[in-house]
Amino acid sequence: MNLHPMIAALRKHKAGVVLIALQIAVTLAIVCNAIFIIYARIENVRRPTGLVESDVFLVTQQWVGAPSGDDPASIQKLDAMLREDLNALRALPDVESVAPTNSVPLLPSSWNGSAALKPGTDLRSGNARTTFYFGDEQWLKTLGLHLVAGRDFTAADVTNMGFRANTQPDIVIVTKALADKLFPEANAVGKVIYLNGDSKPTTIIGEVERLQVPSVGSWASSFVWNSTIQPIRLNGNFSRYVVRAKPGRLEAAMRAVPSALYTVSPMRVLDDDSVKSFKDIRAEAYRADIGMAALMGAVCLILLAVTAAGIVGLTSFWVGQRHRQIGVRRALGARKIDILRYFQLENLMIAGIGAVVGVALAVGLNRLLMSKFEMQSMPVYYVLVGLAVVMTLGQIAVFVPARRASNVPPVVATRSV
Amino acid sequence: MLAYYFRLGVRSLLRNPILTMLMVLTIGIGVASSMTTYAVFRAVSANPLPEKSLQLFAPQIDIWGPQSRAQGADMPDALTYTDAMALLRDKKARRQTAIYPVNLTLVPQDERSEPFAINGYAAYADFFSMFKAPFLYGGAWNMAQDDTHAAVVVISSQLNQQLFQGSDSVGSTIRLDDHDYEIVGVVDGWNPKPRFYDVNNSDGFNDAPDIFLPFTRGIDLQINTNGNTNCYGSAGRNPGFDGFIHSDCAWVSYWAELPDAKAEAAYRDYLTNYAADQNRAGRFHWKPYITLRNLVEWLDYEKVVPPETRISLWLSLGFLLVCLINTIGLMLAKFMRRAGEIGVRRALGASRKEIWTQFLFEAAMVGVGGGVVGVVFTGLGALSVGLVFEPDIARLARVNTGLIGLTLVCALVSTLAAAFYPIWRASRVQPAWQLKSN
Repeated sequence: MNLHPMIAALRKHKAGVVLIALQIAVTLAIVCNAIFIIYARIENVRRPTGLVESDVFLVTQQWVGAPSGDDPASIQKLDAMLREDLNALRALPDVESVAPTNSVPLLPSSWNGSAALKPGTDLRSGNARTTFYFGDEQWLKTLGLHLVAGRDFTAADVTNMGFRANTQPDIVIVTKALADKLFPEANAVGKVIYLNGDSKPTTIIGEVERLQVPSVGSWASSFVWNSTIQPIRLNGNFSRYVVRAKPGRLEAAMRAVPSALYTVSPMRVLDDDSVKSFKDIRAEAYRADIGMAALMGAVCLILLAVTAAGIVGLTSFWVGQRHRQIGVRRALGARKIDILRYFQLENLMIAGIGAVVGVALAVGLNRLLMSKFEMQSMPVYYVLVGLAVVMTLGQIAVFVPARRASNVPPVVATRSV
Repeated sequence: MLAYYFRLGVRSLLRNPILTMLMVLTIGIGVASSMTTYAVFRAVSANPLPEKSLQLFAPQIDIWGPQSRAQGADMPDALTYTDAMALLRDKKARRQTAIYPVNLTLVPQDERSEPFAINGYAAYADFFSMFKAPFLYGGAWNMAQDDTHAAVVVISSQLNQQLFQGSDSVGSTIRLDDHDYEIVGVVDGWNPKPRFYDVNNSDGFNDAPDIFLPFTRGIDLQINTNGNTNCYGSAGRNPGFDGFIHSDCAWVSYWAELPDAKAEAAYRDYLTNYAADQNRAGRFHWKPYITLRNLVEWLDYEKVVPPETRISLWLSLGFLLVCLINTIGLMLAKFMRRAGEIGVRRALGASRKEIWTQFLFEAAMVGVGGGVVGVVFTGLGALSVGLVFEPDIARLARVNTGLIGLTLVCALVSTLAAAFYPIWRASRVQPAWQLKSN
């Protein structure tokens, strides 16, 4: 088909051509970037924490009238209360296992520090950042963590300390990610490290495959898999217990917790948020990510629909304007399919121009977002897929008015109006 | 004449109801998406204390050295207890306060009620006058009570409602964590958004704090901070609360009121000298480095406006742009299809100006329609912002008369702007050509 008459015709409709091309360009730019953002968010949300998350829930409670001092007597009193709670929770029929903890992955509450190969080197000299979890011999089992080397804590390993104490443990279990960072060449089990720049040596006794840090914020993204677990029950004015319910008994176990704890002692505060399933903790942590992905998805769909509607509208207008010309062409021997092809090819040209501009805009927008927000560079295939999508959309949108055009009877040419 | 244009407009819009609906919907959706995100953006980027925001300053002192700054760890956004106390002793600003968030248990007098958790802040007497806290009953404690570590407390009007059914509770006693406090004041629903004095610990949009107690009392009772503690390696610290407060852990928020640029410059010098003194005392081993940001700069530094909000505002502006381009195209189609009618009107003596008026009127009708659709969609959008933003922030995006008015104006103005080119084209229609062919 000769393109010359088509280009000549388009010249007469410069404004319309420019508008459709521009609209396709901006749509392409926004849709590519939006889908890229969606993908990045979904990737973020879908990464596993390392836990077997089903049937796990967290209990957070605050003591009333408990000792607040740092003296050994106060700490031992607090520890006795904590152990009483643990026993009561472990005795519940629907509970599989319970461990004290300071936090769990995805919970906005964390205790962070450093791990180094030499004593006295704290973060200032540059070493591995890590988050600290504090638990007992049931902690790994309760969270469903996978031990890949060394051994788990035993009851004899576990000690307790005050919330404000500053002593480092004798032994720890670390994540494989942290072990590999500290000892890239060798097996980390049995090696000695120094925590928080202290001079007291700490021995690694085990490695877990994977365990995410509590924070999902970008500030923690540099050490998101560096976790260190200490065999210590922390004693403070509040306590946290992570509980694994028997399979399928999550709700029953969660319901049983408050009364069980109040039976041990009523001098405590438990509110609506005190007993929370891991599913809810996950949903809250990633609420913004999932919401953002949904918003972007909705915007993309509406944007594509608006652009398609615009193409339908303008092409219909052109078909109406060229009613007579189409009649003449039909009278001169053009088949219906030729008319249809004409409009589709015309749209392909306009969309093509728009898409080329759009690719440039999309890359520009991505650069802008990278400079303003913490965003990655968009891979080329996003732009290519986006290009294919808008071109296809143009073809689909133009089909309805183009078919109407192809149905113009040749007799129109002979009418005066 | 306007009534005539109105009739013409209605007739023309009804002639292609689908095209008209498409235009109205496009504008409505475009405007609604940008208005919804704007409502959220406006809420989170609001200045919580406009009349004093340039007089309130938060200092930072580099306690970790340039090496940590080079590693991107930045400076702590709070002071150590030691530094905060030194600054308070010197009293170089007109007013100053150290602050830290606390979480306590309130034990009701009534034996049958269960204890419940409350949160608040430990601060100095200046806190209330600096931040212009409005009082319902009573007032702040005084500086003498700071010095005597008095067991006094200022409570929120919500807590006053809950405990005292809203009556004047000044002089009453409440029990927090096993200690009694005398109520000296009730603040009147005071909760600046964002809560600028606590953005280093929270997102700044939480519920109002329940209580405020003297900082000195909080330290006496060894009440832990409920906010962030940044120790950045804690080697060599003594155990216990005393070891903690005298360590290089940064956890105390600090604010100074400096009335003018001269006072600000003087305070900057003072802070630099203070850091230099620490150098001489052998505590720091680097060139003194301090910052002093006013309230507006501080909110910016703390990134109070979440990136989601900014991205979605940009995105919805792009979205509105596409909708407008689309409207230009549709209007062009609509107006140019009536070239014949325009030709007749022109031939009968209508001037270009009258063509302009007629089509502007028609465009305005589309704009108003788009505005109404926009208001409906903005309402829906405001209901669903909770899906995207934190509930604390989503609550701020409310549909009020201002937002409705803005939506209508935005729809009308953007439609008229979009109509400009199509109308210009319509007004250039040559009557002779149109009449000739028909």
